[in-house]
Amino acid sequence: MKIAIASGKGGTGKTTLAVNLAMIVPEEVVLLDCDVEEPNCHVFLPPQLDLSRPVSVLVPVVDRDRCVACGACSRFCEFHAIADLDTGPLLFAELCHSCGGCVRVCPTGALSETTREIGTIEEGWAGRVRVVQGRLRITEAASSPLIRAVKKRGPAEWLTLIDCPPGTSCPVITALQGADFAILVTEPTPFGLHDLRLAVETVRTLGIPFGVVINRARSGYPRIYDYCETERIPILLEIPDSREVAEAYSKGRSALEALPLLRDGLKQLYQRVRVRVRVNQERKQAICIASRASDQAARSTRRLPNQSRC
Amino acid sequence: MKIVVTSLGSTLDSPMDPRFGRAAKFVLFDDESQSFEVIENTQYLNAAQGAGLQAAEIVSRAGADCVLTGHCGPKALKALTAAGIRVYSGVDATVKEAIKRFQDGRLVEAKSADFPSHSF
Repeated sequence: MKIAIASGKGGTGKTTLAVNLAMIVPEEVVLLDCDVEEPNCHVFLPPQLDLSRPVSVLVPVVDRDRCVACGACSRFCEFHAIADLDTGPLLFAELCHSCGGCVRVCPTGALSETTREIGTIEEGWAGRVRVVQGRLRITEAASSPLIRAVKKRGPAEWLTLIDCPPGTSCPVITALQGADFAILVTEPTPFGLHDLRLAVETVRTLGIPFGVVINRARSGYPRIYDYCETERIPILLEIPDSREVAEAYSKGRSALEALPLLRDGLKQLYQRVRVRVRVNQERKQAICIASRASDQAARSTRRLPNQSRC
Repeated sequence: MKIVVTSLGSTLDSPMDPRFGRAAKFVLFDDESQSFEVIENTQYLNAAQGAGLQAAEIVSRAGADCVLTGHCGPKALKALTAAGIRVYSGVDATVKEAIKRFQDGRLVEAKSADFPSHSF
């Protein structure tokens, strides 16, 4: 099972939740820190690193002797990673999305691909939690390829917790894709609500079942509860606004250490998520079976291509 | 020599457009014939990114030797420099006045971008 922990707004407590959840679950668990621009799960769960390797992407190189400056590569590139100048093509590797299209459209075979390092993957054990993190090379603009590489790590049958980057842009989408459930962490403030709406829109578009965790919960901003009620979004857990948790955080210690009661809340949260994932999977299977049955019924009366929609 | 000036309008009296990549128009001035032509940049204005590079391509294909503009980002500057085009940024005047200042040697060539990249 893959659970993504995301939020529209930064600093709401994604890492706090991901780390503390990893600490209380009973089964084997891998924690993927996909916030590759500033991974920080390692602060709270420092792993004994046993693996560190570079991650590269493919980018084009031009052979000036073969290039006839026709501009085909530049016209093909949707991201304008190749400028078509009087003097021939000029490559902007940081804009390249590694599709390889330019190499294919080049009529003279002047383009080939080479690798470019964009960051590293590091992993190790922190107690019984397997921690994997991506670390984007400084000045790199695109983090999605590294996030994809991080997401390939960890055994598929283990519980996988994905600590997403904040926001709702490409890196977040990349981190969320394929998750069985998304926990959206927010805080009871106008900013928290505003960005929660964006995050909800994102996970709904991606078709990922989700629920909300309200961090730093206190009275004084009921609109976030009203919103969840109107939108029928389950509030899975509320973590109280606590000075003890903040102090523990500032020293790199877990929220559980400062607030032992949180353990029960997290256990309940995990159970609720499991139930929701199971219900969703059963629903999907039911739809699958139903659509197969209706296909067969239709096939018996008229000819239909023999394919299932699942 | 062919001088490109980023412009909001189509005459030599038009005010300059401070932007390079998303400039409304380019005025291409030929100081030998003392004539000019106007190159539109409109189809590129709607691109989410890469406007600077596309503008550099247009200017390069037009055979420009130098560009006078307000702001030029790092990628456009790199592309223009690679194409052998000199860039003078920080100019805020009419097209005619900018050309005069350039001819009088009052402009300083841009060696680094005066604006951060807009990508991502």
